[in-house]
Amino acid sequence: MIEIKNIEKYFADKKVLKDVSFTFEKGKTNLVIGQSGSGKTVLLKCLLGLHVPEGGVINFDAADIVGKSNKNLKYLRKQIGMVFQGGALFDSMNVEENVLFPLQMFSTMSKEEMLQRANFCLQRVNLENVNHLFPSEISGGMKKRVAIARAIVLNPRYLFCDEPNSGLDPYTAILIDNLLQEITHEYEMTTVINTHDMNSVMEIGEKVLFIREGKNVWEGTKSDIITSENQYLQDFVFSSELFKTIKRFHK
Amino acid sequence: MGLIASFGKYLLFIADVFRKPERQSVMYKLVVKEVYELGFKSLLFVIFVSLFVGAVVTLQTAANMQGSWMPRYLIGFATRDAILLEFSPTIISLLLAGKIGSNIASSIGTMRVTEQIDALEVMGVNPVTYLVRPKIFALMFFNPLLICLSMFGGVIGGWISGTLSGECTSAEYITGIQYDFIPFKAIYAIIKTILFAFIIASVSSFHGFYTQGGALEVGRSSTRAVVFSSVFIIVTNYILTQLLLN
Repeated sequence: MIEIKNIEKYFADKKVLKDVSFTFEKGKTNLVIGQSGSGKTVLLKCLLGLHVPEGGVINFDAADIVGKSNKNLKYLRKQIGMVFQGGALFDSMNVEENVLFPLQMFSTMSKEEMLQRANFCLQRVNLENVNHLFPSEISGGMKKRVAIARAIVLNPRYLFCDEPNSGLDPYTAILIDNLLQEITHEYEMTTVINTHDMNSVMEIGEKVLFIREGKNVWEGTKSDIITSENQYLQDFVFSSELFKTIKRFHK
Repeated sequence: MGLIASFGKYLLFIADVFRKPERQSVMYKLVVKEVYELGFKSLLFVIFVSLFVGAVVTLQTAANMQGSWMPRYLIGFATRDAILLEFSPTIISLLLAGKIGSNIASSIGTMRVTEQIDALEVMGVNPVTYLVRPKIFALMFFNPLLICLSMFGGVIGGWISGTLSGECTSAEYITGIQYDFIPFKAIYAIIKTILFAFIIASVSSFHGFYTQGGALEVGRSSTRAVVFSSVFIIVTNYILTQLLLN
């Protein structure tokens, strides 16, 4: 579980996060939604320790990380898996080497065990026979899956994903969403996903935080969204014709 | 003020390079890889340039000595000193600052803008130690070898051009390159090379590491890396020459 309390973040004089509080629950896919520029990525980077918030508390299972040095965060970082928006796979390494990388840096496994674990993770994300291909030789969806395999290879307790299905076709996007949800349940991880894809929200939004202009304006589950009377949320979620129709149908 | 702040940032960056790496065994492999990528792949380029510059230095020296009373073996002597003291350690390092420096800055810059450096950081891997340290160590180890080969290539180039053009005989040239040889001059050249290698790798990595934005900024970082490395090399060259030779 990750608990954030009254998080404040400034860039120069601009307050980007304003008293954001929320609890990301263990074993659930926790989604952070909001328009572009609302502060989602800044919040995610604060959770990862890449940005230091000016105020507030971030508790990873009761351990506050705000203001901790890189040295002190090292132990925690080994328990974190991250899927970046573009995958952030290492260009100079092939698929297998990318997945092996965290094991080579941090595990005490033998070479054979590492290889077994990497192959297991690649199979878990439904990737086979791509071990020796380089990131430039695989599709966007495959890159995301390799990034997920790399993120889970050390059995992390916390999984973070920044726009995991941006740039993907709807079918592949749903596959990635479902894969993230399955993995979250299977390994009892605390998963935090940044997205503005409403399909994802309605598919896997077990707990949803809606941020607007740096403020927490709504929280609930995917089923609460339809019945919510929060105008900002309604405007954001039901902005497309498809979702407006679904809402009318639901009523 | 901005320049002082940048220099302070550079010093902190260098301090980070010398932090203990996560895995020493991984570091050895990376150094070997960088020796191949940055050093070995520059071998032909360095030898090619050195051969021709050595040839040109010999022809120019001979042209300047035309009709003078000076003995012809001085052509070999002048070529040797020009190559040993200045051309190989300094000019080749400047050329390498262009070739290797832009490669380092653009590769690290691309890693920054595609979030690969953030990925390392999130995993708990110190990106400076992991990415920059092997490059610095590889260049500081391999560049002196490159420069020795460059010296050899330059002297051979001079010998070929001198004898082919008939400006001096083979015996005169060989006498010239052995004449009044002071071994410390070679040591001075190696000291310069090691320092220049450190400058090329660290300054270029620094500019790549702090790239912000996209492809355009990667290009700008690459240009800045070459410009700053070259300026640092020229200034350091002056200081070292003052300290070691005078």
